[in-house]
Amino acid sequence: MDFIKIITEIEKIDPEIYERLDTRRRVFQHVSGLGKKLSAAALPGLVSMLFNKAYGQSGNTSLPQGIVDILNLALQLEYLEYYFYDKVLTTTSLLNTADAAAVTAIRNDESGHIKVLREALGTRAKPQSAPTADAFDYTAGGRFPNVFTSAAVFFTVAQCFEDLGVRAYKGAAPKLLSNKTLLETALNIHSVEARHASHIRTLRRGLSAGVSGPDAAQALPSLTSLATKPKSWISGTDADGPSAPFTAAIYGAGSPAVGVAAQLFYPAESNVTQVGINVQTTPMAPTNELPLNAASASEAFDEALNDGVVKDIALNFRSALGASIGLELFQ
Amino acid sequence: MSENLQPGGPDGTQLAQPLYVPIKRRSFFMYAGATAGATALLLSSCDDDDDVTPPSLPVGNSVNADGSISLGSGDVGVLNYAYALEQLEADFYAKVAATSGILSGTELSYFQQVAAHEAIHRDFFKKAITGAASAQLLRNLTPKYPADTFTSRAKILETAKAFEDLGVAAYNGAGKLIQTPAYLVIAGQIVSVEARHAAYIRDLITPGSFAADDQVDAQGLDKAWTPTQVLTEAQKFITEKIDGSKVGAR
Repeated sequence: MDFIKIITEIEKIDPEIYERLDTRRRVFQHVSGLGKKLSAAALPGLVSMLFNKAYGQSGNTSLPQGIVDILNLALQLEYLEYYFYDKVLTTTSLLNTADAAAVTAIRNDESGHIKVLREALGTRAKPQSAPTADAFDYTAGGRFPNVFTSAAVFFTVAQCFEDLGVRAYKGAAPKLLSNKTLLETALNIHSVEARHASHIRTLRRGLSAGVSGPDAAQALPSLTSLATKPKSWISGTDADGPSAPFTAAIYGAGSPAVGVAAQLFYPAESNVTQVGINVQTTPMAPTNELPLNAASASEAFDEALNDGVVKDIALNFRSALGASIGLELFQ
Repeated sequence: MSENLQPGGPDGTQLAQPLYVPIKRRSFFMYAGATAGATALLLSSCDDDDDVTPPSLPVGNSVNADGSISLGSGDVGVLNYAYALEQLEADFYAKVAATSGILSGTELSYFQQVAAHEAIHRDFFKKAITGAASAQLLRNLTPKYPADTFTSRAKILETAKAFEDLGVAAYNGAGKLIQTPAYLVIAGQIVSVEARHAAYIRDLITPGSFAADDQVDAQGLDKAWTPTQVLTEAQKFITEKIDGSKVGAR
């Protein structure tokens, strides 16, 4: 078996093969080092190992622990979301037809995310067996007793989960820089969570204005009550979220909260300085067409959140059962 | 335009400034080849008594043989790429925000907010690129639109949806091209806002279509497009021909 020839052939089909395998040089270092010790019979195993690494097919054994931890946190957040939506759809008749259709679409997206993450993690997925809805306490220890009997409360919690998810994936992205395939997958999940968040915010705006369906998107938020009538995007700290002070952490600063442009840090959603540039006071335009204020400047950039704070927030929604089956990243 | 068409200078300067990372062997040969070609062009075009100085256009504004403007390579290429798209979006929404009697009062109010976000993105990139590699800052582009773009609600929404979904696919695809972690975070910070815009606009067109099947696949994944894929679409709205083939290249 001519290993070099195989790789060359693959390059014709997939020009990014070397990127997937790291760099060309390192692949050849691997091969020349191993080649001396391996018999021809062992080559198929080597090829298989390299392809698993390149294409992530149960290639979990080669994933660094740091990436595994990031993916497992994401996986557990996805379960948190999935069962939340699944439970309202399968055990209640709380939602009207339009909202039920939207929540079904969101639930199915989360289900897809779970599948993708489990495939990437393989045997290193935690928990090994899928948890059940009972692993989660959606009342957050009694904070939201009406979560499955009041649409307003249900969507309050939904907004929290989606906005938190967006911040969590954003915080995870730089930790996936070494694995371009997983980075892109995470980004492709991340923007879908943002779409969900936007819809739920639009829907909440309509709900508090007494409208639903097509009219929800036409409801104007009251700038003095972003908590109950949010914009479709996050403005400032969104009045500390829909259920302050409990939800303040979802829109607040992570850790570290401040730093210099070259470092990674996690300011609150109201932040208006990006990589050292104050985006509120930097209209360089050809002409600055519009008056820019702090609200616009904060809205234009969502903020990342570090995994520690994400876990702290998510932990509020873990049940005793969840703790017992090893949703340990919530600790 | 004529000053842009002179060969040699732009590609030559590309080699002069490797950004952030040393050039790897493979890409070095790519650059070396390009430079050799450019040099040949320069020599062949120089008459003995030719006193025309080769232009010192920045790399971000370098012009290829076919007249297209290169966005440059490496992280600055990615920043210029984002800057090009944000220029287009900002211009579009500024025009939408200036319409009257087409959108509802609420819609207009929201589009004015989106216009502010996109203007902020554009100005951020201009400032960031100026700070990181001012010589490579992409020039101001000249957006163009089909004649009926700003004449009906349906057309405005349809164009807005196309721009936002394209923006999401562009940033998602650009992530793996970025080498500097802080810029990757910035891309993430912007793409989720674009996705929020996209969902809002989609809900205006068809309620509940915020993450519909035409954009989000069966596994719940959004699109990630290469610069070439994105620019093929964006080019329809930009007068200058843009070449993003080196964006992110090391």
